[in-house]
Amino acid sequence: MHLGFLTIYWRDMIRFVRFRTLLISSHVQPALWMAFFGIAMSANFTRLTSDVPPIPGIPNVGYLTFMAAGVIAMTTLFTSLFGGMVLLFDKNWGLMREVMASPLPRDHIIFGITLSGMTKSFIQAIIIMVFGIFIGAEFFQGFSPAEVTFSLLCILLFVGIFSLGFLFLSAAIAISLETPEGMQGIMTLMTMPIFFASNALYPVNAFPPALQAVSMGNPLTHLVNGIRYFAIGDHFQAIGIEYLTTPVELLTSLAILIVFALAMFGLAWWRFQRAVVT
Amino acid sequence: MAEPIIEVSNLSHRYGDFEAVNGISFSVERGEIFSFLGPNGAGKSTAINVLTTLLRIQQGSARVAGFDVAAEPARVRESIGIVFQEVTLDRDMTCWEILEFHGSLYRMPHHQRRDRIDELLGLVELEGKRDTLTKHLSGGMKRRLEIARGLMTRPKVLFLDEPTIGLDPQTRRRMWDYIKSVNEEGTTIFLTTHYMDEADQLSNRVSIIDHGLIIATGPAWELKNTLGEDLIYLETSDDNAAGNLLRKKAEVTGIQEKPAGFIVSVNQDGTHLLPRIMEDLRDSGIHINTVNLKKPSMDDVFVHFTGRELRDEGPEHPAAARSRSMRR
Repeated sequence: MHLGFLTIYWRDMIRFVRFRTLLISSHVQPALWMAFFGIAMSANFTRLTSDVPPIPGIPNVGYLTFMAAGVIAMTTLFTSLFGGMVLLFDKNWGLMREVMASPLPRDHIIFGITLSGMTKSFIQAIIIMVFGIFIGAEFFQGFSPAEVTFSLLCILLFVGIFSLGFLFLSAAIAISLETPEGMQGIMTLMTMPIFFASNALYPVNAFPPALQAVSMGNPLTHLVNGIRYFAIGDHFQAIGIEYLTTPVELLTSLAILIVFALAMFGLAWWRFQRAVVT
Repeated sequence: MAEPIIEVSNLSHRYGDFEAVNGISFSVERGEIFSFLGPNGAGKSTAINVLTTLLRIQQGSARVAGFDVAAEPARVRESIGIVFQEVTLDRDMTCWEILEFHGSLYRMPHHQRRDRIDELLGLVELEGKRDTLTKHLSGGMKRRLEIARGLMTRPKVLFLDEPTIGLDPQTRRRMWDYIKSVNEEGTTIFLTTHYMDEADQLSNRVSIIDHGLIIATGPAWELKNTLGEDLIYLETSDDNAAGNLLRKKAEVTGIQEKPAGFIVSVNQDGTHLLPRIMEDLRDSGIHINTVNLKKPSMDDVFVHFTGRELRDEGPEHPAAARSRSMRR
């Protein structure tokens, strides 16, 4: 088996640990989200939903816990969408020519760069989770150590597949564009609807039907479903609303993420075969 | 003679309406240093990009190291090394990492990589910079590291695109020494340059390329000889009359106007001819202000073949200029 993608992976990870500012800011930003937005909104929602009676027999979790799953998903989304940017810099600075002129098959560039992007997402997801629990998110309540480990692995599975999808998309965009500014523009345009037309920060139940349909097709919604299922449980109450996720719904979410990732891989593969870098 | 290591016939390449390379044919023998000499925008880099398979061949055919660039690009890639025109080193990697990365890109076995890195860092005298980030290297060191990288896989042909661009004269001479020593160990060198002296002193054979066409090919001395034996530069009180007078002489092979004065190429040893020419001019009542005698340089060769000086650089292809301006 050709392990050329590991070479690309190795180089990108060297870069990751050497750019200290990027390394640190990429972890501080989601923490700030949770610390400011999370705690502030948490206080509001607690007040607004104080007269909703708790449903007996199921856990009633605070807003911070609810949105912590969303922040993990959001961070994965941002990191992955920007994960391909490095290819654009490589292209503009001429660094990619060395790789393009080598016998390395092009799909290995895609694999290498997405593998390192996925690794970064894993590291971030774990750090945010630990930070969230530290400031009061009630994750893994009443879980045995074995259950915590299993849930964590399942969360990483969801995070991994989701990040692959957006990394493929990001790589495809990066290899097709000329300037980082252009890519920045496209990314900003994409993140807004993906982030807000999802269940990351609030329930989608009250959305107008059209927006609800969009959120159901949104991969971010399905990632959040997965994270909440394994971090909080299959049946809980938050912001006065009852959440019940059946195993079938969970597997549907996983399937949608897999289909999304495969489609994006197809896109990236197609763009890379046609790419000319001189 | 053995099969040429690079064989190109009728190669053309266009970007939209712009014909960058316009049906060139040439071949490079095993073991030689071969140069493409021409101004920016002449098509040198486009040709090198096609030969190194970075650009898909559009028209004509090219074989490199025994493989067709269209049919077996992967085999071509395995057989060549490239040093690009711009610095293409990751600023945040060490010299050792740069070479290690390159070696594993080409799937060199682990122990072979390690041995080769030590050997090459020695060759380019960068042993002491092994663990230094490339952003802390000088321009000459970066270039040497890139040459070492190009040699990692023991390529049959090493492509050098403007290898000494932006280097100081002393560093350039050392660079030439490295290139020559690499060549002496058996690597064929294909280089592009817009420096006359580089083409002249470094290469066995030169192709002069301009506007996507090869205008002349041969050893530097042979190209210079086509200009005649010597060049005489004259500034006189009446250049027109002097020119007309000299044109009639059998020894004179050509006259070139200059902003001030003109250059006469002659087919004899100028040291003997010059006194006679000066006498004839004086007899015709033409006063000589300045005189200079020299052997033809590659500059003169270039002017002779292209009708203009290398310094008058034609406009670059807009797309190429754009992509270059974005790089560091």
